[in-house]
Amino acid sequence: MRVYHFSEQAYHAAWEIETDSLRVTLPNRHCDPQVASRIINERLDEWVLCDELGLDIMVNEHHSTATCLSPSAGIPLAMLARQTKRARLLGLGFAVALRRDPVWLAEELAYIDVVSGGRLDIGLPKGAPYEISPTNANPVRIGERGADAHDLLLKALSHQDGPFSWESEWYDYRQVNIWPRPWQQPHPPIFVTGGSPGTARSTGERGHVLVTILGGWNAQKLYDVYRTRALEVGRPFPGIDRFGYCALMGVGETEEEGHRRLYDIAGYFRTTSTVGEAFMNPPGYMPPVANAEWLKRNQTRGRAGQHFPATTRDGRKLAIGSGAGSGLGVTAQDMVDAAIGFAGTPDQVYEQIVAFIANSGGVGNLMIMGQGGELSHAETEANLSLFAREVLPRLQELDQSEWVAQAQERVEGAMRATATA
Amino acid sequence: MADSSGTFEKTAEVVDGVTIDVVRGGAGKTLLYLHSVDGVDAALPFLGELTDLFEVVAPWHPGFGASEWPREFRTIGDLAFFYLELIRALEIEDAVLVGASFGGWLAAEIAIRSHDAISHLVLVDPLGIKVGGREDRDIADVFAISQDELTRLAYHEPSQRTRDYSAMSDDQRLAIARSREAYAYFGWRPYMHDPSLRRWLRRLRLPTLVAWGASDGIVSPDYGRAYAAEIPGARFELIEAAGHYPHVEQPERLAALVRDLAGAPAPIPTAATEA
Repeated sequence: MRVYHFSEQAYHAAWEIETDSLRVTLPNRHCDPQVASRIINERLDEWVLCDELGLDIMVNEHHSTATCLSPSAGIPLAMLARQTKRARLLGLGFAVALRRDPVWLAEELAYIDVVSGGRLDIGLPKGAPYEISPTNANPVRIGERGADAHDLLLKALSHQDGPFSWESEWYDYRQVNIWPRPWQQPHPPIFVTGGSPGTARSTGERGHVLVTILGGWNAQKLYDVYRTRALEVGRPFPGIDRFGYCALMGVGETEEEGHRRLYDIAGYFRTTSTVGEAFMNPPGYMPPVANAEWLKRNQTRGRAGQHFPATTRDGRKLAIGSGAGSGLGVTAQDMVDAAIGFAGTPDQVYEQIVAFIANSGGVGNLMIMGQGGELSHAETEANLSLFAREVLPRLQELDQSEWVAQAQERVEGAMRATATA
Repeated sequence: MADSSGTFEKTAEVVDGVTIDVVRGGAGKTLLYLHSVDGVDAALPFLGELTDLFEVVAPWHPGFGASEWPREFRTIGDLAFFYLELIRALEIEDAVLVGASFGGWLAAEIAIRSHDAISHLVLVDPLGIKVGGREDRDIADVFAISQDELTRLAYHEPSQRTRDYSAMSDDQRLAIARSREAYAYFGWRPYMHDPSLRRWLRRLRLPTLVAWGASDGIVSPDYGRAYAAEIPGARFELIEAAGHYPHVEQPERLAALVRDLAGAPAPIPTAATEA
């Protein structure tokens, strides 16, 4: 299996500011460019280290926010394409439905793939609700626009027979013919982030990699939706390389050290949902039926705190991700219990990951957030190095076939039961 | 659905192949009312003031409330052409066209295309044009502020305008959610205006009233004056003790202005001191 290291590249100095929104509206006078430079360079150095350690690399993008300084996943990847030799380079992702020009994105992606010698993985998220305002993208029918952008992007990457035209409801081009074309054929692997059954289903239909971010024990259900849909459309039963899971990771020489690292990384949770209510749920981002349900609770806008429905395996809900300062009472062990974090000694981390993978029916791509919150550069390097030395080799040797067989039995059994009902 | 007085009835009708809800009441000269994001229901007290003189026809726009949304309806111009078809299908003639906020924008878009069937035009705090410079925020970004802030900007007396959605029916809540989605879709970009509209407002050669809530925090009265200045001979009226929705906060005063423009003479009451 592959393990990617991910960081949001947060500007954590801003977390001291009293504000109801770290996203969209926080004036950028609070951003000291010299501090930003140090933070970004430390994160890039950590990714270069990953290349030496045998870890793969995952970056992302957000807009107008202190929680993530990367404005396009392609920018750090372009630098890392030159500075690394072997690591896969996953951008998870490129919010293609929010970009006005998917063909321009295809050109940039092909460039990165060529420079890196075919190491690019392309992640296509829906685009978070609070990205809508900074990009001025229409939230209504964003899913349909994203599906059209996906099709256009893949055709632009893979089409080799001269210019084609694309005149859809969403995009207009007359001469699409990108140079260079990507190294990987017909195009780099596509990863899709999905926390809902709808996304799991459409991703299973297309056969892309489904990545669940911090969904905890809910992952099994989503993967099963994917597996079911893949079988329904006549694909073979999906292997472990079709699934990814992203969680926080803190490992230490002692359990206490690992827990402390996880707790620092979880500053991510305590800040990422500090978002003005208007930006949490723009009209059209959710279907009207879902918004009508919210109205029943007199909720016309978004509400922080519904961001991460983290639940332990025995059903305990964690008070995490509900605005500034929240979640401070949530312990590292709580996060481990909810499988949104893996933490402790190398043995403990390995066992937690194995338990999660077994429950999920096999996972071939693990995305660890090995840096987050205020975890320092030195601590991050120690965290990643220890993981790479003590945990990664065991995961790479892990035989997941038994859990895949169990998942296949479960999914096919449910499909037979549905068919005969 | 009927309001408490039983004056209005709502029926689903097929217009140009699109099934929409149409609220009707009263008798007399036709008054076609175009609602804002708050729907037809919010305007019933205002429209109820006019049923003695007018046959009120108040459709729910395609995509709003429970009305069907043909997916090829992509711009406010599509809605305008739909309404011209509605006017023909319902054999509307010599009608007063009244639109509020988003509905005012839509009324202007219809009338610049054709006002053959329209005798008088009433625009109530309409959206739809750009009057300031590129760095002037003419229209408050209602999608970037909290619900409380939005209520403060929209009403003269915001404290009386808190709505209890939990007490509504499922159908009402779904209608609200659909209306908000359609409102966002048609008005997202360019934000709540059509860059071409201002140039063509000069085509409105019919008696026109631009009425504006003095306390409108969404679009200012100065914006309203600039709007009226583009329409030949248009009259501008400021409505005291009203915000962005005078049809909600000053229904009697607004109805009197409509009568004054298009109906039989009637005394115009002074602004209510309490909304």
